[in-house]
Amino acid sequence: MAQSPSKSLVMSDAASLRLRLGGWLGQGLLFLVTSLSTFAVFFIFYFIFKDAVPFFKLEGTREFFTSTRWYPSGHPPEFGALPIMVGTGLVTLGAVVVAVPLGIAAAVCLSDLLPFRMRQVVKPVIEILAAIPSVAYGFFALVVFATVLQNHGGSVLSIGAWLVLGPVFFLLVMVAGDLLLDRLKHMLPKPRLAGAVIFPALGILAFLVLRQIAARLAGIEISSGTNALNVSIILGIMALPTVVSVSEDALQAAGRELREGSYALGATRAETLVKAVIPASISGILAAVILGVMRAIGETMVVWMASGNAARIPEPWYNVLQPVRTLTATIAGDMGEADHVTGSARFHVLFAMAACLLAFSFAMNLASELIVKRSRKKLGK
Amino acid sequence: MNKISVYALAALMAAAATAQQKIVVDGSTTVGPIAKAFAEYFMAANPDVNITVSESGSGNGAKSLVNQTCDVADMSRPMKDSEFKAAADKGIQPVAHVVALDGLPILVHPSNPVQELTVEQVRKIYLGEITNWSEVGGPDQKIVAISRDTNSGTYETFEEKVMDKQKIREDCEYVGSNGAIRQRVQSTPAAIGYAGLGFVDKTVKALKINGIYPSAETVQTGEYPVARPLFMYTNGYPKLGSPLYRFVTIHLGADGQEMVEEIGFVPVTSY
Repeated sequence: MAQSPSKSLVMSDAASLRLRLGGWLGQGLLFLVTSLSTFAVFFIFYFIFKDAVPFFKLEGTREFFTSTRWYPSGHPPEFGALPIMVGTGLVTLGAVVVAVPLGIAAAVCLSDLLPFRMRQVVKPVIEILAAIPSVAYGFFALVVFATVLQNHGGSVLSIGAWLVLGPVFFLLVMVAGDLLLDRLKHMLPKPRLAGAVIFPALGILAFLVLRQIAARLAGIEISSGTNALNVSIILGIMALPTVVSVSEDALQAAGRELREGSYALGATRAETLVKAVIPASISGILAAVILGVMRAIGETMVVWMASGNAARIPEPWYNVLQPVRTLTATIAGDMGEADHVTGSARFHVLFAMAACLLAFSFAMNLASELIVKRSRKKLGK
Repeated sequence: MNKISVYALAALMAAAATAQQKIVVDGSTTVGPIAKAFAEYFMAANPDVNITVSESGSGNGAKSLVNQTCDVADMSRPMKDSEFKAAADKGIQPVAHVVALDGLPILVHPSNPVQELTVEQVRKIYLGEITNWSEVGGPDQKIVAISRDTNSGTYETFEEKVMDKQKIREDCEYVGSNGAIRQRVQSTPAAIGYAGLGFVDKTVKALKINGIYPSAETVQTGEYPVARPLFMYTNGYPKLGSPLYRFVTIHLGADGQEMVEEIGFVPVTSY
């Protein structure tokens, strides 16, 4: 088509306006879409706090935060949520103990030790863990794991102790032996011989201690398999893919230059990992841990099915072999009877619990932001 | 292409012409199996009626009826004053239909040598005053008390018939369904639990209470102490002859009573 002579290179005012309007419209639309998710967050905050405030107006705050008696259906009702908060804390702590060391070790292994091809296979397999519906985990916890814990509780515990404490003790012996040798080097005439004596001696000592612990644990009888330990382990496994995936990404992001620089300075692979790679990616690893904590604290189905749901602070508080009740399970379990038609305290107390959960996750998020910022500053990024 | 769409349209119109009647049933997990059996039976005889049955607990059933999101509310306990009041405020008039009777057997593990308890003893176990099986003639084992969640009609019946409205001990475990109670009891040697009569099988042992074994007869005669009627609530009494009316009166017929018995409950009338 021939260019018409009237068309100049300078845009007409109308065309320019059209273009600018189009630009604004596009930007506006995108802005709207983005702000939708932000608004969703505000709406959630608003609606939860709207229904939580009436509870504190009706019942006050003291009982909710300090009483240990949870009888929402009693006459008169009692709304002591302290044991439920402790229960949530306990299973979350348990899940962290399970998921964090395992997850970080797996991430390090994936990013720095396994050959690339293996990694391509193993990582997706770990991520499948995240795709299993939580009710399936709950069913397993209730039907299989709880029964095993009840029938073979002692042996499960002692095998667990060997598996977990074995490597820990091994590392301790190595480190302690090294330190001892360093101290004694100048006093002894034959340092080599000393090493040959110290390491086996420490090793045997550790073995005996471990065997003692395992024997103690083997004697324990678990009267009920639906307890904090059960759900802690299951929640830990559920949080694993998050921890592994995010911290592995962080380790990868540390970059090849860092590793090669470290090798060039003569560091071994272990030194490179511990002294260069992990410190460089610590903010990402912390983010992974926090995401894992959120996964564990917000999980409902598994805890509702397999934690026993007894609203009581275990005695002593760290006794994970007793049943506990969590905030999420209470909200899910008590929703049906809590009468929102009449707007009772029993209904609003659930929102008060939801508000606590929300406040906690908000605080966690804030903390993770701060940590990331601080570690960035330290690394001079 | 055109022809197909014409046929499709015709089929749609035909479907619309037969006017699918819908009955929505919601509520107790205990009454649910009865409602499901009734629904299957009713839909087989009346293909133009579509019945959906959900089980979300007695409290939720009442709520749904009040909010008019269901036509029939299954409930394993009578409606409470507060629920009646909420219904009245919304212009709903709940009418009860007792469709069956249910006993709450007290369940223990089959290996447990205890055969019999009194209501008093069961209450003391759940109050935490009796904590070891040896105190009631069993082995030296700590009792693991298991209860339905406070959200269930089963719990409320237990609270009323056994607990005398006293508060259950703090370390009692709570589970979300009758099936879960059976599961926990059959896998826990030291457990005690309670569930609907329909949930007793060989994997758990039902105890005699006050010397009476829970059975259809003892529930019907009122001898077994932990028993209750099961309800379906409708908004007003349904119009005579309407599908809803026929649905909530199935239990009065011989077929309905047989179904109730098959599921493990006790019919209201002996035929």
